[in-house]
Amino acid sequence: MPLQSKDLLTIEQLSVDEINLILDTADSMKEISTRDIKKVPTLRGKTIINLFYEPSTRTRTSFEIAGKRLSADVVNISTSSSSVVKGETLKDTGRNLQAMNPDLVVIRHSVAGAPKILADSLSASIINAGDGAHEHPTQALLDAFTIREKKGSIKGLKVAIIGDIAHSRVARSNIHALNKLGAEVVIYGPFTMIPPFIERMGVKVARSMDEAIKDMDVIMMLRIQMERQSRFLFPSLREYSIFFGLNLDRLKDAKEDVLIMHPGPINRGVEISPEVADGPYALILEQVTNGVAVRMALLYLLIGK
Amino acid sequence: MEERKRKSIQNPEEIEKSLQRIAHEILEKNKSGKDLVLIGIRRRGVTLAKRLSSKIKEIAGIEVPMGVLDITLYRDDLSEIASQPVLRKTEVPFSVKNKKVILIDDVLYTGRTIRAALDAIIDLGRPRFIQLAVLLDRGHRELPIRADYVGKNVPTSQREMIEVRLVEDDGIDEVIIQEV
Repeated sequence: MPLQSKDLLTIEQLSVDEINLILDTADSMKEISTRDIKKVPTLRGKTIINLFYEPSTRTRTSFEIAGKRLSADVVNISTSSSSVVKGETLKDTGRNLQAMNPDLVVIRHSVAGAPKILADSLSASIINAGDGAHEHPTQALLDAFTIREKKGSIKGLKVAIIGDIAHSRVARSNIHALNKLGAEVVIYGPFTMIPPFIERMGVKVARSMDEAIKDMDVIMMLRIQMERQSRFLFPSLREYSIFFGLNLDRLKDAKEDVLIMHPGPINRGVEISPEVADGPYALILEQVTNGVAVRMALLYLLIGK
Repeated sequence: MEERKRKSIQNPEEIEKSLQRIAHEILEKNKSGKDLVLIGIRRRGVTLAKRLSSKIKEIAGIEVPMGVLDITLYRDDLSEIASQPVLRKTEVPFSVKNKKVILIDDVLYTGRTIRAALDAIIDLGRPRFIQLAVLLDRGHRELPIRADYVGKNVPTSQREMIEVRLVEDDGIDEVIIQEV
């Protein structure tokens, strides 16, 4: 069964079968990146445009490498040097790109729903690489892939997501993905960063850091987003790291085989201490490696036909 | 639906005999067995490669490394087939550089699968040579490709379908020819 939509806009839209298809395909893609010649001809002649309205190193590079390893032609547009600064609307930019007949556009935008606008007005496939505080589906897929690779299965695992839940698209996509795959999700953070009625998404809100760490199979730390409102929601970084940061002392109460994850970029010493980020349980760099395989899988599934 | 004539054209003994002969021929052409590796094309080619590997071990007492090839990413008809094929793993746990590669598949038909497999192997490294072993050659080539080892040549019409079924995958060893 192939993917149902021409686009990947949200995890919410995906069925469990579709998620598993993406993860299984990524599993087969991973080996290509370990070869001497890291390239297969599958997407020869396909054009992919990376349209990033927000800064990004990891995600943009990951999509670019994924496309190139499948032999697609990848074009990067960063909006600071494009006609966006001249006042062109998203829809017009999209139409102009469509006129050059790309097969797929990867978009990151600060406004939730922007990828949907593009998907509705373009015949090319659209992948959402993060839209506002809404969703970041490829991050959740690579996180699920990484957990599954380590634990064998996601069903029945206890996963904590700690940090600024309210402004995090990573949290939202991960909650959808983990719920669909049968994990039990617990969230924690300063109360100013926990959205009201978040329980409706099917998560439990922990009452203390201890509760959010104990018994967890996976702990995902979220980045404090200095560029957004985050910094007005707690008194100081020092205080945040004392009450909500993950350090070795906190980890003493964790399960022996706990996995520590972080979507990057990390703020060392704020949400995660260097000893934990560089420690044996941290999967942060494996997440990045797996990101390429997951994005190769998506490109193949969306335009490899 | 049209009525289909289904006929079994090979039994377990015949398949076994073909493989036995191919194993001997591979060893004859590659005397010492040095640098020999077997690569099976998913999915029946992998099963056949496993059987050939154990036969070669029986006959000559040598352990031949085995790899698994999925050619999905190398197909030339991705844009033409209605349902997208599911990608499976390629597992070649050794370097093919300077190796004598025996590529194995169940049926040789248009030659397009083999073309894809050759490209896939060469992307992994530069082998000394690649030889092709198939259980059946049914003709109708669309590319200039031939097999080095053939279990049996089966004249067919393009309206017929050939299906190789193997115990490990299908619970029975047989070859079926069917008119569509």
